[in-house]
Amino acid sequence: MSKSINKITSTAVPIHLENIDTDQIIPARFLKATSRDGFGDNLFRDWRYNADGTPKKDFILNNPTYSGRILVAGKNFGCGSSREHAAWAIKDAGFDVVVSSFFADIFKNNALNNFLLPVTVSEEFLQQIFAAIEKDPKTNISVDLEAQTITLGGNITSFDINNYKKTCLLNGYDDIDYLLSIRPEIEAFEQKPQTIQ
Amino acid sequence: MPKTLFEKIWDRHVVKTIEGGPSVLYIDKHFIHEVTSPQAFKGLEKRGLEVFRPKQIVATADHNVPTIDQHLPIKEELSRIQVQALVDNTKKHHIDLYGLGHPYQGIVHVIGPELGVTQPGMTIVCGDSHTSTHGAFATISFGIGTSEVEMVMATQCLLQSKPKLMRINVEGTLNKGVTSKDIILYIIAHISASGATGYFVEYAGSAIRSLSMEGRMTICNMSIEMGARGGMIAPDQTTFDYLEGREFAPEGAEWEKKLTEWKQLHSDEDALFDKEITIAAADIEPMITYGTNPGMGVSVTGRIPAEADPKSLAYMGLQAGAAIKGKKVDYVFIGSCTNSRIEDLRLVASFVKGRKKADNVEVWVVPGSKQVEQQAIKEGIDKVFAEAGFNLRQPGCSACLAMNEDKIPAGKYCISTSNRNFEGRQGPNARTLLASPLTAAVAAITGEVADIREFI
Ligand code: SF4
Repeated sequence: MSKSINKITSTAVPIHLENIDTDQIIPARFLKATSRDGFGDNLFRDWRYNADGTPKKDFILNNPTYSGRILVAGKNFGCGSSREHAAWAIKDAGFDVVVSSFFADIFKNNALNNFLLPVTVSEEFLQQIFAAIEKDPKTNISVDLEAQTITLGGNITSFDINNYKKTCLLNGYDDIDYLLSIRPEIEAFEQKPQTIQ
Repeated sequence: MPKTLFEKIWDRHVVKTIEGGPSVLYIDKHFIHEVTSPQAFKGLEKRGLEVFRPKQIVATADHNVPTIDQHLPIKEELSRIQVQALVDNTKKHHIDLYGLGHPYQGIVHVIGPELGVTQPGMTIVCGDSHTSTHGAFATISFGIGTSEVEMVMATQCLLQSKPKLMRINVEGTLNKGVTSKDIILYIIAHISASGATGYFVEYAGSAIRSLSMEGRMTICNMSIEMGARGGMIAPDQTTFDYLEGREFAPEGAEWEKKLTEWKQLHSDEDALFDKEITIAAADIEPMITYGTNPGMGVSVTGRIPAEADPKSLAYMGLQAGAAIKGKKVDYVFIGSCTNSRIEDLRLVASFVKGRKKADNVEVWVVPGSKQVEQQAIKEGIDKVFAEAGFNLRQPGCSACLAMNEDKIPAGKYCISTSNRNFEGRQGPNARTLLASPLTAAVAAITGEVADIREFI
């Protein structure tokens, strides 16, 4: 897993659907592994392959016209199950950024914890991206985490991310490193009797 | 300053707040299961760490276990390895495991409350989105990913930003044949599958207060299906009566002390919510879903909306504008952490007693836990099911997520008491209609979507 993200310029793969749930991103029957690797092969498994394992021609990930490190999808992306395997699968399939107008909470956290950057844009900007890629699949999108901007042609817009998470992503830190560093404070907190049930 | 129920619990669990960032939230109880924990244990070991507070973790095997012949080794190799990894990991790290064969084994969100591990005022997490279930006991409970499971194992804390707060009031008396499952399906249909994203929901109002703890758990369980981080309900006598005497509930003087504390857990009168919705219980009818997210629901006597998403309807093989009542079904699944508690089984049995299932349906009843199963046998519910032609299986998540062999075949229709009707959720190309245990029971008998009110 590549740690730390900053600037990414790439073509994008658009999935023009709303409410994509994590059961679609990675179906439950592929969650039997005990390691984090190899989930990319089964990303969007049932949309991507027929029951006999042959690729479905009409699914965008099977269309060589579209490629890149940015996945673009409709609103409420990643709803449903908390399975982090969904973020692992997307990252493992070579994506570093997911753009949508709305992310489900748990997915967003899981993505951030795996250095997969969720970029929330307005519905209008999202539709502009879909239209641009439809017109020209070679359209480049640039994401600049430091500046918190996303650029499509001459069009630039900013996105939100909390400062703490931004620092983590830019520097390749994770939450555990931070939490471990304050373990004495956690232990002191545990001693305060009223705080613990 | 007046506080909400959420804030009262949140504030006393904040270890510190990072400037311009999240808070460090202390976690009282951490449930783990076989599917979302192995990578967390591996991560921990890679860092050379021990589990920080093993006594605050409870483990069970539920998602990926067979629901027949649980005494035999699991046939499927990957599943067997995954369940064994939980056995090995919990042993190594001194964590209590209620695994296969243990009298307390069951779906994690069924056993926590049943054992009295879940108690008011706590913060509870699990690598499972339906952790929201425990909010029925006035807890802040929510699902987390595997990296977060690792964080809690390492430090008993999580970094969390405070969510926005929503209160949903359900006022009045419920109609005949309407259960708590119908309430939550109705709410989600009204505010949509993303209508509460970014919020933590408190359910209140006279209709909520009239529910049993089982009924309240069903509601909080499905909070995530409208995007909410979690749901919660203030405790009252119903809560205390349910908890008293349970295995891990406090006793004696400790019980009295806790009770005093728990009675403080309610939103103050002037507390502010970011959003508030009020629903009249009288408007709610028995509900059913027709589409591929839990927000696509209508009354069983309703019609599929003309503007329903065509892609969903194509998957479901249903027509916009058509009635849903009378639709033939192939399977009935009564189970999952939404509706597999003893009260659900009793309700189904009370309707089914003396009746037989329709020839065209196969009916699976999967109890939420070993204790539910044993209680059902004690009460003779197993016999009622056997006589009706229902297949009573052993505890686990089963066809709720179809990770084990309990899969609905492609193209078949299943009325399910579970919480998700996503494409493929119950098996590749399976078609799920979510409903209450009563609506599922009547479908089992008639072989089609029917209105329970015509039968009771
Ligand atoms: S019963 Fe279904 S929803 Fe509940 S924990 Fe198991 S898989 Fe998740």
